[in-house]
Amino acid sequence: MSGQSPEIDTAKINTAVAQATAPANDTPLLRVEGVSKKFGDFRAVDRLSLDIKAGEFFALLGPSGCGKTTLLRMLAGFETPDEGRILLGGRDIAPVLPHERPVNMMFQNYALFPHLSVRDNIAFGLKRAGMAGAAIDTRVGEMVALVKLEGMEKRRPDQLSGGQKQRVALARSLARRPKVLLLDEPLAALDKKLRESTQLELMELQRRLGMTFIVVTHDQEEAMTMANRIGVMDAGRLEQVATPRDLYEAPASRWVAQFVGDVNLFDGEVTSQEDHRLTIATRDGGSIVVAEPRDLIGKTMVSVAIRPEKVRLSRRDPASDAGTLQAVNRLEGVVTDVSYLGGSTVYKIKLDSGAVVRSSIANTARLDIDTLSAGRRVVAWFTPDDCMVLEK
Amino acid sequence: MARRVGRISPFNITALALGMAFLYLPIVILVIYSFNASRLVTVWGGWSLRWYHEFFNDRAMLDAAWMSLRVAAVSATIATLLGTLAAVGLVRGERFRGRTLFSGMLYAPLVMPEVISGLSLLLLFVALNAERGFWTVTIAHTTLTMCFVTVVVQSRLASLDRSLEEAAMDLGCDPVQAFVRVTLPLILPAIAAGWMLAFTLSLDDVVIASFTTGPGSATLPIRIYSEVRLGVKPEINAICTMVIALIAVLIVIASLAAKLSSSEAKSAAPL
Repeated sequence: MSGQSPEIDTAKINTAVAQATAPANDTPLLRVEGVSKKFGDFRAVDRLSLDIKAGEFFALLGPSGCGKTTLLRMLAGFETPDEGRILLGGRDIAPVLPHERPVNMMFQNYALFPHLSVRDNIAFGLKRAGMAGAAIDTRVGEMVALVKLEGMEKRRPDQLSGGQKQRVALARSLARRPKVLLLDEPLAALDKKLRESTQLELMELQRRLGMTFIVVTHDQEEAMTMANRIGVMDAGRLEQVATPRDLYEAPASRWVAQFVGDVNLFDGEVTSQEDHRLTIATRDGGSIVVAEPRDLIGKTMVSVAIRPEKVRLSRRDPASDAGTLQAVNRLEGVVTDVSYLGGSTVYKIKLDSGAVVRSSIANTARLDIDTLSAGRRVVAWFTPDDCMVLEK
Repeated sequence: MARRVGRISPFNITALALGMAFLYLPIVILVIYSFNASRLVTVWGGWSLRWYHEFFNDRAMLDAAWMSLRVAAVSATIATLLGTLAAVGLVRGERFRGRTLFSGMLYAPLVMPEVISGLSLLLLFVALNAERGFWTVTIAHTTLTMCFVTVVVQSRLASLDRSLEEAAMDLGCDPVQAFVRVTLPLILPAIAAGWMLAFTLSLDDVVIASFTTGPGSATLPIRIYSEVRLGVKPEINAICTMVIALIAVLIVIASLAAKLSSSEAKSAAPL
């Protein structure tokens, strides 16, 4: 019943992939070149280009409706790009139908076949590939062990918990040993505790199998935990592709800075630039000194971004004991709001200039005798190195 | 404590009894009188299987019953095939031009008065110079019952998660294999329910059948109808009792299939 054609084509692509990936490791396994996809007048994906290397754990991060799922579906073959090319191992896969691509997908709602047992769900793709019965049994056994579902083989999907369904879906998509595994919001349906442990398991699995994983998520913590590199998407475009650290510490735009993590933003104008130090006059009348490693500040209107955990608070003037008056930005204000979060406490400070700054302070001691309460006058300070200058 | 659900009060019992009596008393009387030994329909003459015996010796009645069963089985099968295809086309097919018109037209036979359907089919068969008999009735019943099958299968198909087929394709099925291996097993209960619905509708129909049938190929309802005009024989009661039993069995099976179908739909639904 299962035709030979898919098998042959898959083999062809596999060898093409092997040839392309084996000699030079720097050629990307997957290359997206200027791909666009329109639904009516809406541009879901807009001239997007992206390279993904073999063995990478890549995350596509973005708000809902940013086009990340559409991009994933184009990689799986469920949508065809209107423009651009998708190259897998150097070969254009536009004409390759979903069932012939060496790519498998794990669906957001798992899409387990309700009429088949766990075993038959996992074996489904292997049977289609024309694998021999004994080999299928072996592979299914491996997969069941891999996702720790021993003893569940005969159950139907509706007899499984959410976490178990997720594991079956994972095993089913891994069973064919795809070159690339696409995961569409793989953990969205799990509760927080289970999600965290599953994140770690997914990472370990990916490292062990050496497969390329591309995960779509709207959860930045999830993306930062799991991925080697993250592509942040908005309105069909990639805003930035970077490691989790770079994304957080050196966001490419104001939008990325606000989307990934919490941030304090000051709009202002560059007034002087000397010695890799920029002085920026903020709109509320203050001035902020920032270190600027990139020397290409073309515009004078910029935003200064400081992450809340880099804003420190003291009751006294920090300059008096630090002695480096030039190097420290100090903003005076009154604490208006204190939120205790367990690991850290977030303070909201209303500055004398009228702006509001958030400061997050780690609770390093169990007994805090020096706690700041609302209404207290404080100095919020931060170093020039902790500031990020963003063009608009 | 909350009020018990389904609490039995005298008012509820009376309402229920009256409602049930209104619906089922005529049928119960018919069934009881089918076991009547008396020749007179309204006079009770003791229990007897006489009229059942009479029916199985009545050549003309038996022929009509056989004709009806054949028409019902063949038309239900064709209607299920066409109705399922229409449902798949409407739910899963590309959004073609005139899709709304097509789905509207599919439902037309649901609301069309049977006299009009029957008459228009009769005119068609006359115009085509077709010999009226088994096949004309079967075709007429197929057009009548197909839309019912479409409605049943369509609702099941619409509730089925699209990503199931995508998952099948992702795992190596071409679109046809994905349909056969994943979609078809999941909509099979609805298809079975549709077939049984079509079968009972065809078995029951007298209007369209009387328009489209020809001499010598009367269906059971037509035969009964013409007999009754000459006076109700107790034999008719016996036939009706057997038809009721057959339909009751089919309806129970169909509703069980539908129940199975919806419970599977639930487990197939996204989280």
